[in-house]
Amino acid sequence: MSTAPAIVVEHLRKVYGSGRTEVVAISDASLEIARGEIVGMLGPSGSGKSTILTAMALINPPTSGRVTINGELALEGPHALVDLRAFRRKHLGFVFQKANLIPFLTALENVQIALEVNDLAPRAARKRALELLGYLGVEARAKNLPTALSGGEQQRVAVARALANEPTLILADEPTAALDSTLGRQVMELFARIAHERQAGVLVVTHDHRTLDVFDRILDVEDGMIQERKVHRDSPAGR
Amino acid sequence: MNLAIRDIRHNAGRFAFTTVGIGMLLMIVMGMGGIYRGLIHEATLLVDRVGADLWIVQGRTRGPFAEISRIPGNLEDRARAVPGVAEARRFVSHTIQREREGRPLRMVVQGLSWPEDRGDWVPLVSGRSLTQGHYEMIADDSLDLPLGTKIVLGKNDYEVVGLTRGMVGTGGDGLAFFTVSDAMAIQFDQPGEAIRLERAARRARVEAVDIGRQQPLFLDRAVGLSSGIPAFAKSQVSAVLVSLAPGADLEVVRRTLETWPDITVYSTEEQKNLLLSGMVDKARRQLGLFRALLIVISTIIIALIVYTLTLDKVRDIALLKLIGARNPVIIGLILQQALLMGLAGYALAWWGGQYAFPRFPRLVLISSSDLVSLAVIVVVISILASFLGIWKAMRIEPNTVLAA
Ligand SMILES: Nc1ncnc2c1ncn2[C@@H]1O[C@H](COP(=O)(O)OP(=O)(O)OP(=O)(O)O)[C@@H](O)[C@H]1O
Ligand SMILES: [Mg+2]
Repeated sequence: MSTAPAIVVEHLRKVYGSGRTEVVAISDASLEIARGEIVGMLGPSGSGKSTILTAMALINPPTSGRVTINGELALEGPHALVDLRAFRRKHLGFVFQKANLIPFLTALENVQIALEVNDLAPRAARKRALELLGYLGVEARAKNLPTALSGGEQQRVAVARALANEPTLILADEPTAALDSTLGRQVMELFARIAHERQAGVLVVTHDHRTLDVFDRILDVEDGMIQERKVHRDSPAGR
Repeated sequence: MNLAIRDIRHNAGRFAFTTVGIGMLLMIVMGMGGIYRGLIHEATLLVDRVGADLWIVQGRTRGPFAEISRIPGNLEDRARAVPGVAEARRFVSHTIQREREGRPLRMVVQGLSWPEDRGDWVPLVSGRSLTQGHYEMIADDSLDLPLGTKIVLGKNDYEVVGLTRGMVGTGGDGLAFFTVSDAMAIQFDQPGEAIRLERAARRARVEAVDIGRQQPLFLDRAVGLSSGIPAFAKSQVSAVLVSLAPGADLEVVRRTLETWPDITVYSTEEQKNLLLSGMVDKARRQLGLFRALLIVISTIIIALIVYTLTLDKVRDIALLKLIGARNPVIIGLILQQALLMGLAGYALAWWGGQYAFPRFPRLVLISSSDLVSLAVIVVVISILASFLGIWKAMRIEPNTVLAA
């Protein structure tokens, strides 16, 4: 496994629209996430959290700035330096506010497809998807369509899919917003466990102040700028 | 993992309805092709079955299937005298429409050149061929005249003594075989009053000329049977069919016959081509146009349904792109749906046709080459129809997933 940080973002700037409708969503943001750490991102609505996250996810190219994933420069301003889709497939996992499962696939198939698009043979993909569902405690619902699952179960299936290809970096945008506080906490703790056990970098955008203790570091976003919050805890990343 | 089938299962109702619709359209396309084949088959059936080598028809006409052809019946005897001719038969054919039990009865009255031709070549399903020179007939079973039925045509009763199947004329009406003289009696039947008036007129004309006044016997003959007057030889048949003796050269016989200025000679092949290029050609173009239109409509329907199925999946496709699915996965999803829709429709059309086509009023002949070419067309239109959905899918941005 490489020792490069999971992701390095340098001087990210994002301007939506142009002329009179111009919105500077991010003025100058830099951050770095190492493998094996879970980082929380907080900030008021409209501060630019999702914009940063989607830029890191390589689906919302920035106006300027550089995004380096696993030591490889992927985005230089709006220009892709690699095949972004292939890069996402290999290095990234995603979880969003609403589970974003494919409605016509079962829980198992939703995980399996992520493995198959990464060239795993169907049989092997199926076996691994079942393991992942087991890891997240939802293997009993493997044959159900998303509509038959509870919000928490859906979220856990989405997490299983994000984990499928052993990504370098997992990006989650308000993954617990649709869950009650107990479930929300469970999902957050799951993310922490994944970061620490599977040596993935994890970035979670959240509004939920009750679960902040799971994070190794916390970033505050305000007016398109990132501030690292001082956390007074003893070596959380070394747990 | 096959995404197309899973999505279809999820949208089973819509998919099934569309497929049934496409299936019906394709069934009509298939049926129209079959009707055209049936048309050709029926049109050429008689020409093929009577088994003549040459057709002698009225001079400068295209023969009895294209227009009215009238030649004297005794041409048969002239033809027989030509070296190389084994047999010559009179050919009489005309369509009549009568009423029977309150329903219209259309039949093609076909004359058999009795006594040489008793209809032994007509494939019988029951009964027998003709055994007497008058008042017997062989009927096609589409005429719905069971064995033993007696029908009145003109002044006489005719009894059905044999039944055949699938013998129809160029218009699709069932054939009924009579002896030539019966066929002509049916064709030239006139009410008694018309005959009496005609005779009176003849008498008046003959009395008005010197020979009539001087020769009473001539007057007697003039008002008798018209067939008894040489000058009134009314025995008009449509054609004379010539069969060659074994080893005779068709071209030689033909050249001999062609020196007669009052007739025109066609080979069976030419007679068939005249038939097809005339009446059948327009039907072919008409049916072809309909088929083309229906295929275009099917394409549009498949395209629209595949497109709406794609629109419903915008977020799912964005998600697939987000998790890094390659384009062939997404194109395959849409293309396979279009193909499944087209081919399921085709299968349905084929299956439905098995039940529907035999119930059509006219013969529907589905040839396997037509089935294959329609299958190829269905595959091509399905691929074309998927383009719209694929075009849409390719333009979906992966960050659409995040749009609420
Ligand atoms: N597609 C867009 N076009 C124009 N402006 C946009 C677009 N997306 C976001 N913005 C603007 O950019 C700014 C940052 O938006 P962003 O979604 O990143 O905020 P956020 O921190 O995620 O907010 P929230 O907590 O409500 O999700 C906002 O002012 C928003 O209006
Ligand atoms: Mg947001």
